[in-house]
Amino acid sequence: MPESSTVQKIAVRVKVNGKSYSREVEARMLLVEFLRETCDLTGTHVGCDTTYCGACTVLLNNLAVKSCTMFAVQADGSEITTVEGLEKDGQLHPIQKAFGDAYGLQCGYCTPGLMLSTFQLLAENPEPAEKEIRKAIAGNTCRCTGYMNIFKAVQLAGRNMKGA
Amino acid sequence: MYPRSFHYHRAGSLQEAVAILGQLGAGAKLLAGGQSLIPLLKLRFANPAHLVDLNFITDTSFIKEERGALHFGAMTRHAEIEHSDLARRIPVLHDCAAGIADVQVRNRGTIGGSLAEADPSGDWANALITLDTIVHCLGPNGARKVALKDFILDAYTTVLAHDELVTEVEVKIPPKGSGGAYIAFKRAAPVYPTASTAVQLTMEGEICKDAAIALGCVGLTAIRAGEAEAALRGNSLTDTTIAAAAEAARAAADPHPDMRGSADYKRELVAALVKRAIHIALRRARGEQVEGTHLYA
Repeated sequence: MPESSTVQKIAVRVKVNGKSYSREVEARMLLVEFLRETCDLTGTHVGCDTTYCGACTVLLNNLAVKSCTMFAVQADGSEITTVEGLEKDGQLHPIQKAFGDAYGLQCGYCTPGLMLSTFQLLAENPEPAEKEIRKAIAGNTCRCTGYMNIFKAVQLAGRNMKGA
Repeated sequence: MYPRSFHYHRAGSLQEAVAILGQLGAGAKLLAGGQSLIPLLKLRFANPAHLVDLNFITDTSFIKEERGALHFGAMTRHAEIEHSDLARRIPVLHDCAAGIADVQVRNRGTIGGSLAEADPSGDWANALITLDTIVHCLGPNGARKVALKDFILDAYTTVLAHDELVTEVEVKIPPKGSGGAYIAFKRAAPVYPTASTAVQLTMEGEICKDAAIALGCVGLTAIRAGEAEAALRGNSLTDTTIAAAAEAARAAADPHPDMRGSADYKRELVAALVKRAIHIALRRARGEQVEGTHLYA
């Protein structure tokens, strides 16, 4: 481990949920820690921390990524959306509302990641079949719901976003 | 989990990445999509002193057709290949790209990184070894092209020198009458397959003119099952010849027992996957559209 005086710090400028953040961080800082600890955005969760569970999923330039499997320095210059960025003017995003209305969550730990995977899916395919939803959220583990209500929530969100 | 501290270098071009690797020596590693490397760093199985990030180089992500071959930039993400109409022209490529891990990993992971890592459980090497695949490399002495069969030497070991990198993957478009399939059998999307198989056939009427069969996750590298291929080549593909190929594949597999299953179970699985992949490849060779070939336990 290098002496603290020699630790390399690297400038990271990102836009998170439309707001600019500029930080100097160690290269080994993971994007999820960057968001939680330097931006105080704790809606993005650390689950397995091994690229399995998807609780840390955020959108990087509109694509879902596991923020535990990226260094913050790699996001330099990017636009990131976390769960905090879904709500607009105090109004829940249709995806958030649908997860509530369709009982698509129980403990809620996996929910931020699932909603962002849903965001990418619905942007590409507003009316997904259950088979397509299964494929789109295969990287998000939920240990409470058994997934059936999540499928309903995703389809409800799609319908509501189309109507909006 | 934090990796050990490392020095971070952001390469502006592939030539610069080669130069940085040359200056820093063997303690420097390349960071491509990071979907295998970063987990290894976090577990501290790998502890490089320097990482050279390739993600900020432009023009390393592309898919194009040239001189009868598809060319993939080394940093082309799995998801870009999954959604590419050009890549669909070779069904094995689409099957492989669309089935790697999950959406999030496919959005980051790269074809060049997968080949350069040479993980015995990786998908790309096994899928591409059934095709005429050439890996374009760049080092301090310039570029060279290496056939994929000569590129991977052993588990996690390629012919790349420490200051050499992959720039492009070139896959020859198979002749008319060809069809292929890649199937990975997984317990869940984000995990490595228990076993995988790739089959590439060229048919002339009812006769199988050429066959390539590869087995993944059941050896230190992808295994070309030569005797299974011979069971098909020159024959019509009946239940008998397909069963003979599956049995030969079972014998060619060299699996290790682990938490994914016993060696016998994996051999059984390989035989079943080969049979299924031959049937799909055959239907595709006849011009049928067959979708979604990955299997989950």
